[in-house]
Amino acid sequence: MNNQISLTVNGIKHNLEPVAGETLSALLRQRLRLTGTKIGCEEAECGACTVLVDGEPVVSCIYPAERADGKVIVTIEGLAQRVHEEMKLHPLQEAFVQHGAVQCGFCIPGQIMTAYALLKRNPNPNSDEIRFALKDTLCRCAGYPAIENAILAAAESLRTGEPVRKPNIPDSIHVHQSVGHTHLRPDGIEKVTGAAIYTDDLVFDGMLYAKARRAMIPHGFLKKLDISKAKALPGVVAILTAEDIPAEHNHGLVIYDWPVMVGVGERVRYVGDAIALVAAETQQIAEQASALIEAEFDLQPVITNPVMAHQEGVPQIHEKGNLLKHIKVRKGDMEKGFAESDIILEHTFHTQTTDHAFLEPECSIGVPLADGRMEIYCGSQIPYQDRTQVARVMGWDESRVRIVGQLMGGGFGGKEDVMGQIHVAMLANVTQRPVKLLFDRHESLLVHPKRHATQIRVKIGAKQDGRLVACETELYGDTGAYASLGEKVMTRATTHSAGPYDIPHVRADCYAMYTNNPPAGAFRGFGVTQSAFAVESAMDMLAEKLNIEPVELRRMNALHVGSITNTGQELRESVGLMECIDRVSSVMCQASGLPEKELFKPRVTPDTPHLVRSWGFAAAYKNTGLGGGAPDKSGAEVELFDDGKFEVRSSSAEMGQGLVTVMRTIVAEEMSVAPEQVKVLVMDTDLTPNGGPTTASRQTYVTGNASRYAARTLREAMIASLAEKYDVRPEQIRFENGIVHANGHSMTYAEVAKEMKAMGQQPRALYEYEAPKTQPLGTGGDMHFAFSFGVQAAEVEVNKLTGEVRVLKVISANDVGMAVNPLGLQGQVEGGVMMGLGNALTEEFIMDNGYVVTDHLARYRVPGIMLTPEITSIIVEHPTAEGPYGAKGVGEICSIPTTPAITNAIYNAVGVRVDKLPVDQEMIARELWERNGK
Amino acid sequence: MNLWQNYLRPKTLSEAMDAFAHAPRPLAPIAGGTDLLLDLEQGRHSSVQTLIDVTEIKELLALEIRADSLFIGASVPVNRIVLNPRTGAHAQALTEACELIAGPQVRNVATLGGNVAHALPAADGTIALAALNAEAEIAGFSGNRRIPFQELFVGPGKSSLKHGEELLVGFYLPLSTRHQASCFKRIMRPQGVALPILNCAAWLEREDNAIKDIRIAVGPGGGTPFRATQAEDSLRGQHLNETTSESALESLLAQAQFRTSARRASADYRRHIVSGLFRDTLETAWSRAK
Repeated sequence: MNNQISLTVNGIKHNLEPVAGETLSALLRQRLRLTGTKIGCEEAECGACTVLVDGEPVVSCIYPAERADGKVIVTIEGLAQRVHEEMKLHPLQEAFVQHGAVQCGFCIPGQIMTAYALLKRNPNPNSDEIRFALKDTLCRCAGYPAIENAILAAAESLRTGEPVRKPNIPDSIHVHQSVGHTHLRPDGIEKVTGAAIYTDDLVFDGMLYAKARRAMIPHGFLKKLDISKAKALPGVVAILTAEDIPAEHNHGLVIYDWPVMVGVGERVRYVGDAIALVAAETQQIAEQASALIEAEFDLQPVITNPVMAHQEGVPQIHEKGNLLKHIKVRKGDMEKGFAESDIILEHTFHTQTTDHAFLEPECSIGVPLADGRMEIYCGSQIPYQDRTQVARVMGWDESRVRIVGQLMGGGFGGKEDVMGQIHVAMLANVTQRPVKLLFDRHESLLVHPKRHATQIRVKIGAKQDGRLVACETELYGDTGAYASLGEKVMTRATTHSAGPYDIPHVRADCYAMYTNNPPAGAFRGFGVTQSAFAVESAMDMLAEKLNIEPVELRRMNALHVGSITNTGQELRESVGLMECIDRVSSVMCQASGLPEKELFKPRVTPDTPHLVRSWGFAAAYKNTGLGGGAPDKSGAEVELFDDGKFEVRSSSAEMGQGLVTVMRTIVAEEMSVAPEQVKVLVMDTDLTPNGGPTTASRQTYVTGNASRYAARTLREAMIASLAEKYDVRPEQIRFENGIVHANGHSMTYAEVAKEMKAMGQQPRALYEYEAPKTQPLGTGGDMHFAFSFGVQAAEVEVNKLTGEVRVLKVISANDVGMAVNPLGLQGQVEGGVMMGLGNALTEEFIMDNGYVVTDHLARYRVPGIMLTPEITSIIVEHPTAEGPYGAKGVGEICSIPTTPAITNAIYNAVGVRVDKLPVDQEMIARELWERNGK
Repeated sequence: MNLWQNYLRPKTLSEAMDAFAHAPRPLAPIAGGTDLLLDLEQGRHSSVQTLIDVTEIKELLALEIRADSLFIGASVPVNRIVLNPRTGAHAQALTEACELIAGPQVRNVATLGGNVAHALPAADGTIALAALNAEAEIAGFSGNRRIPFQELFVGPGKSSLKHGEELLVGFYLPLSTRHQASCFKRIMRPQGVALPILNCAAWLEREDNAIKDIRIAVGPGGGTPFRATQAEDSLRGQHLNETTSESALESLLAQAQFRTSARRASADYRRHIVSGLFRDTLETAWSRAK
């Protein structure tokens, strides 16, 4: 062993003792506390941990620290330069912020370091060279086009010395003073300098490290559990089992059916069930102890899919059976509908399980306080729900728990369920020391809820002229071992299963089933991703049978103002579907130089007759908000500080999607100040009012409104105070650029704050916004208060010999009501397309009899920059009256039509219908060679 | 558990062999470590006490012309191989293969020696070296020896290198002359592990518009890197055209043992797609050798 590791990091020399088994990333993060270098997978797959070693980018997670001896290391913290008192960003950092390349931010250090090395070597890279260099640096927010543009802009600035060129993003057509213009993220700069703190970047004095022992069997009873050997291991501080659960044994989001730990004699329902918890002085000891725990199981037959789960005579996984919920949609008269149809088409589709693969794995830290309270640091989409669930299990009043939400490296629905929050609370309470529980990628893949795998049968009837008459669907959804949000997700899959069309007769039946697979819950699209694939494929199949163009068939049946949805809701406003269809169609024609009816024919170039191109088309809609009768509320608080700046607070989650920018822009609008004058605080159950779950594309609408009304309330209070002081009528008081004018008097906001305090008033306002009431499914009326609409077209190239599919172009139009922040919106749209593309082409979470095959990121591929097509985003703005400035949700709709647009394009190119996801190139090749008889 | 206890960094081959002889066992040499460390971490490799880092051994870092050969040290990072003009000039197939291994950050540390030492029958670098008629130099306690490249392979994942006693020093590739050229291509699938489902390398020499000599390697076409010797025989002395190419393909299909890999590719599929890949690779090498 060498005596010393002597290395230079960001210009500073360090001499360190070697530590056995240490990687460079551990040395940087733990010993030098340079936490800008992120760990996304620890298997050299994601590139988040990229640093430069002697000028070359390497993944530091598998670089032995001792090898760094004598080397010069540059990390993300080493790029910005301190010029006098100010940090001067590197042009790459500047460009990443300006171009909206930063969303959740977790991958950004890796992206920037990789790009930095590229520009050192090649100051003028083209798009292909950028893609080649960034091939394995994954971004799950998938801002790849923005990343590419940012690198091009930075390269230009470095070459010319000119300031970084800004992106060209059109404003909203409903533009206001602040709202509707492009604004930069409030957290952008910290995310490009490495200063941004995510949960695992935190360290507390005396902190212990935790590890949950997982059952690792899909179904059985825990017969014996022996923790004695583990307990005897030096450095182990506590080991807890189900017997140590203080109060309620189960947690869950809607249904409390998920045991915090499975006890002896109890049923294990999936590989990820926890059976014991370890807290130890180091991570290594915790892992070693966990492995020393001995468990015996009485194995039971495994329920592997939802259709099997529904059969008679199979083992029942839960006391109330395998059926979580039978969901029904009824409209019109099916018998009549099919009798009136000239053509009836029926087909069954299958969609796979997928994983969110947010780049930041789950991490929770429990910190016991002297007064008996417990703080929990974590990334959570629903902080107040975490609080409730922790308190229930601990047997505490909720006020004893504080959830302190940290920056989140992506969520996409996958951080709605509690993961380590309860476990660290238990361990921290017993040990009275801070306890960190960090999932590695392996554990993240095994444990957290996924997207539901489904089987969807679509039977659709139409008139010869193309009018849809009847649609019947039957869905099976695999909700895995526990309910999570399964019932809600499959409800949404069901209500949307006839597509965004005006159909007189509709019937849908869905069986959301428990199985022994990892649980399934919320995932961007919330069930509609699956049913849209089925119905949009069926629509194209129908179009072919009717000999009607795919675009025309959709135009003919599209929901419009005045339509009645499948659940009996009359659409009274804000239905931009037809405009989405028309605009995508016209851009498709422009992009390809083809008339509409030529778009969907196969095209080959003479040189490469085995490569066939064509376009595919798909439409979708998606509710904004919880709907179905659930009260949909959000609280926000706005405060004016003594320095004249504002703060807006809500517990709603920022996971990269850009809510914080939306909140600050709205408050800036209402207060007539620049957005930079507004700070945002989110995700803290002590300091921020309850914004509800960050799900269902709801936050721009509900927390946007809460922020808007809180700001207005504060503004009115300010006006009232000044009206009284100056004895003028309220309407004589004007707000302008941070100054209040009152009948000849002028005051800064700072002075107003002091004035109000002097008058005994607090310059802050809390507002709890409640969205318009909705009705439960089956009762008719408004099931949702708003819908977003989306249409996408994809151009693909299929290799007839190998079946390989390449997506060349995607055109995406989304009716979002109103674009509050066009730059953030662009990021959502591009990322949504890429997530949809992954769902179509690369992603498959594979189980084998309940065991997880894809238990490492190396086996679960998310799309990288090389697969990124040319994406054209069209913003359609049909305002919804109640939404903030007309806005409705966008987070999900932009991802939903991508998959069927791609699979429809594949059919149009080579005539092979993909009815099972993901697209299997071998299946395509096989169908083609069998068809050709060889 | 620590992945290793002792980490040794020999600077010369003799220091390395000394480490092999005396360091606490079990031990393993580590080059880039991009596979080894993950294998250790995920339990696919038995645990080790000592890692011997071979990336600073000067004999293993050379990339130079030696007499009538191009020598590529086993520890040269594959990205350096890609960027080196000599590799491009004498072993284009290897450049093309190395350029496709993993991603840029991994290529900056991963080595050709590591790629080969894992003895996978379809590793990109391996298939290229198989077609390039490489020789491997191996260091052992009793000195160095050179063996034909194919002799490194015993079976899938099984190398003839004596674990813990021998070390790959590097590879010798015959220098290319006029009318000789090579090419490497592969086919991937977008799901699952990012390994090729099929790859192919071809080297050939043209004379008077005919193939004077040729070597073709296909992976995975058997338990060890597969040389399509029957296809080579059928092409030697022939002009490359549709007929000769078709009959070579038949020979290849008769000789290769394509297998089904669960969730990746069936044997059927491999047999089907090899035709396009084979033709494409061959034609490219043919036109390059003009």
